[in-house]
Amino acid sequence: MGHPMKIRAASKGGVTEVKVLMNHEMETGFRKDSSGNVVPAWFIAEVVAKLNGKEVMTAQWGPSVSKNPYLAFKIKGGKAGDKVAITWTDSKGDTRTDEATVS
Amino acid sequence: MLNQTSRRQLLKNGGLLGLIAAFGSALAPRFAFAAWNKAAFEGKTLADTYKAMGAEGAKESGEVQILASDIAENGAVVPLQCVSKLPNTTQIAFLVEKNPNMLAASFDIGPDIVADVTTRIKMGQTSNVIALVKADGKFYTATKEIKVTLGGCGG
Repeated sequence: MGHPMKIRAASKGGVTEVKVLMNHEMETGFRKDSSGNVVPAWFIAEVVAKLNGKEVMTAQWGPSVSKNPYLAFKIKGGKAGDKVAITWTDSKGDTRTDEATVS
Repeated sequence: MLNQTSRRQLLKNGGLLGLIAAFGSALAPRFAFAAWNKAAFEGKTLADTYKAMGAEGAKESGEVQILASDIAENGAVVPLQCVSKLPNTTQIAFLVEKNPNMLAASFDIGPDIVADVTTRIKMGQTSNVIALVKADGKFYTATKEIKVTLGGCGG
């Protein structure tokens, strides 16, 4: 299930700014451990953002997104009380959804 | 491990297709998204990556901006922001020219999203970073060199 994300969503001047901090190792598949074995790739591959249940953005990521990925984007519209939900799915098929209320 | 040439020969000779299939699936990540553009993420040259994204012939545009610092002290965490002022921007992607696989992230943005996304990526060494933007079905780019003083790809 992964670890919880931190999501902040604030509406200002008709635009909702969303900031997400995910918790994920984001292994590239190029790194070697102390005994010289390649650590297999393990990364968030797909991210979906929803506003009040409606999909507004999807992202495809490769392993070169930083560990514990940060993502910020802006939604046109949105108001205090609206729900922003973020879902990620990683290369092992693990997935996690967290939701925040727009302030 | 089979190298490129011997794989080709195997393909030419026919037969042994099962072996190739098994080899391919061993390499492939254990998941299958319809949307995840495997060829683009595994592209090793800019031309291959552009081709896999259907972005051949992308043009430099002043309407696309990369906002990032000139020097990244830590290549493991390089903040990047891309702002597109082009109307009908539907996709923003970040590519790093000197990473083993150039494509780092691609965002498909719907009509409800402002063409302004920020994320953090890893960079192995000093390199040009390209923001690739799709607007009105055409591709545009912005390029910025970011100097990395400490590589972020380990090993």
